[in-house]
Amino acid sequence: MVQALNSAMDVMMARDDSVVVFGEDVGYFGGVFRCTEGLQRKYGPDRAFDTPIAEAGILATAVGMGVYGLRPVVEIQFADYIYPATDQLISTAARLRYRSAGEFTAPITVRTPCGGGIFGGQTHSQSPEAIFTHVCGLKTVIPSNPYDAKGLLISAIEDDDPVIFLEPKRLYNGPFNGHHDQAVTPWTEHPAGEVPEGHYTIPLSKASLVRPGEDVTVLTYGTMVHVALAAVAEGGVDAEVIDLRTLVPVDIDTIVTSVTKTGRCVIVHEATRTSGFGAELSALVQENCFYSLEAPIVRVTGWDTPYPHALEWDYFPGPRRVAEGLRKAMEG
Amino acid sequence: MKNSVSLQLHVPEPAARPGQAPDFNWVKVPAAGSVTRPDISVEPGAIREHAYTLIRVLDDSGDAVGPWNPKLDLQTLQRGLRAMMLTRAYDNRMFRAQRQGKTSFYMPCTGEEAIGVAQAMALDHRDMTFPTYRQQGLLIARGWPLVDMMNQVFSNSRDRLKGRQMPIMYSSKAAGFFSIAGNLATHFPQAVGWAMASAIRHDDRIAAGWIGEGATAEGDFHHALTFASVYRAPVILNIVNNQYAISSFQGIAGGERTTFAARGLGYGLPSLRVDGNDFLAVHAVTTWAADRARSNLGSTVIELLSYRAAAHSTSDDPSKYRPADEASHWPLGDPIARLKQHLMALEVWSDEQHSRLAVEVDNEVRDAQREAESYGTMGTDEHHSPATMFDDVYKEMPWHLRRQRQELGF
Repeated sequence: MVQALNSAMDVMMARDDSVVVFGEDVGYFGGVFRCTEGLQRKYGPDRAFDTPIAEAGILATAVGMGVYGLRPVVEIQFADYIYPATDQLISTAARLRYRSAGEFTAPITVRTPCGGGIFGGQTHSQSPEAIFTHVCGLKTVIPSNPYDAKGLLISAIEDDDPVIFLEPKRLYNGPFNGHHDQAVTPWTEHPAGEVPEGHYTIPLSKASLVRPGEDVTVLTYGTMVHVALAAVAEGGVDAEVIDLRTLVPVDIDTIVTSVTKTGRCVIVHEATRTSGFGAELSALVQENCFYSLEAPIVRVTGWDTPYPHALEWDYFPGPRRVAEGLRKAMEG
Repeated sequence: MKNSVSLQLHVPEPAARPGQAPDFNWVKVPAAGSVTRPDISVEPGAIREHAYTLIRVLDDSGDAVGPWNPKLDLQTLQRGLRAMMLTRAYDNRMFRAQRQGKTSFYMPCTGEEAIGVAQAMALDHRDMTFPTYRQQGLLIARGWPLVDMMNQVFSNSRDRLKGRQMPIMYSSKAAGFFSIAGNLATHFPQAVGWAMASAIRHDDRIAAGWIGEGATAEGDFHHALTFASVYRAPVILNIVNNQYAISSFQGIAGGERTTFAARGLGYGLPSLRVDGNDFLAVHAVTTWAADRARSNLGSTVIELLSYRAAAHSTSDDPSKYRPADEASHWPLGDPIARLKQHLMALEVWSDEQHSRLAVEVDNEVRDAQREAESYGTMGTDEHHSPATMFDDVYKEMPWHLRRQRQELGF
């Protein structure tokens, strides 16, 4: 997935000289996860460069560049570090088009690795997507595989609105399914690991039906797509698994069509539960599919605690907990 | 080891509070013309004292003296005087309009007119500005129509910002005037980003940002100076020290033991402190900083020392926290009066001409107001349709906003 993301930026920098890439350690070194490797060598230091450790400064200068007419793609080294930049994101990037009635815009893409599973403790494991889905004016995208990652990142860069692009870091090297005691299959052995070289897009706001099924709908995204697929395979439930890919604006039609058909819904995300994006999904399903529901909606999520370092696998909503959720939905 | 004295918190207090005699003895005012004017290629470390002194051109008798004299031609001086007077007349009428219920809010820049006006005139009209809410003088000096500004203040049917922004939060791409931010300081590092972009594209335009001394305490100020220094961005970073952040005197922002210009020194940026009520000095330092930026020498920090002569806004009552007659004791005087004095010292201006000009600019504002009011005011029903509330959140309206617009009845 790292190469897919790198390729998306490479393709866009070659096509559009207004695309610039910057962030902490992204220039010469190529990023701590290597996603921007080689871009400075290829496009020069004024299009791919290192920044001071100042997330708010990174976002602020990106907004200024957007106002000028560039298309900045910035990296926040870990999603856990994005909070200093939230004033710039929420108060300005997200609101600029509105407050200037379209005169000034901030067509920024903010890439940031999210999620746990690498023993990063509470400062390298968070999934803060709900903070951004709550902000009008932002789009929030989260891919689950290399093919989507490249197509979605190109769409995000081409999009004229600010996009938060969350990269589940546990997926960088393979489709991690939550079985932390087993070796991860590399992406090279996964169909979605095959990534075309050139330009292609996956449209934003279009979910992906990754497993058709009849009995229950699983709404999920990011790492949990693979965890849910493992749970479904192991639990023997004929679940329809939907990878939302874009959280805002969410693909409501795909959700409604599926839940109306199955009559049951399990929502799975790694982020904490209270006011998580699952709460919004649950409300949408209730508002749009109430008369089709045969059981209460079930949420399987991270606990409402900080991400604990040594107790990571007790925190992570793995296949066993997802299977439990599926059972609950089927029995309800 | 135990302290022999109990620890005490120092909370800065201004020299004078209501009921006390105004006291500006702490403002050190060097003689006009006494500060050197270095070459733009000077090393920042070689002009450290420029961050602590005060660059002044106009002396007490109205003569322009010393190396910073920009030697502006008569036409430019008169244009500057007119723009400052127009700004003041505009402020006066808009302040009154708020009292008459025609707008919800207003913020004047009385006493600070030289800052927006002289700086707009020193910059190229293609340069991008990232102002605070007190640089309406930039728009006026750039010739932006008063009617358009008033339409915004009145949130009327011709308000280009569609009634979304509080009054005075202008935005004009055509005038190179960035949308005013209510979240203070956020625009300051954005000005640096714009300048970085201009350098990335090998453009010839520079950026200028303004911030109040109060908001220099925000982290965004630090980010702006850090990025400006690191990338040698072609940007002018102006700190308007008008002594007050609403009710808090500049000591609360950290100005008690040092100057705000001195902040720039730690970042390796040349930093100038200038008499902000001296039209010529403001013009001269802005030109110097612009020349540096255009020559790839990077950013300059400028502290413009001034005094907020009026209330912070129509919602503020300064008599609650400062001596009522403090403004008249401000040692740097009034920018309009000082430029008028200069023109009279040059024997090219008279009291009669000045009075005529005052009437002329007031009539211009009155006529503009008449037109703007014909498009509606806050108190009338002539606003944009509520349906427009849902536009411009995104470039294309997503399904959920379309549904919410329908919920509202559109």
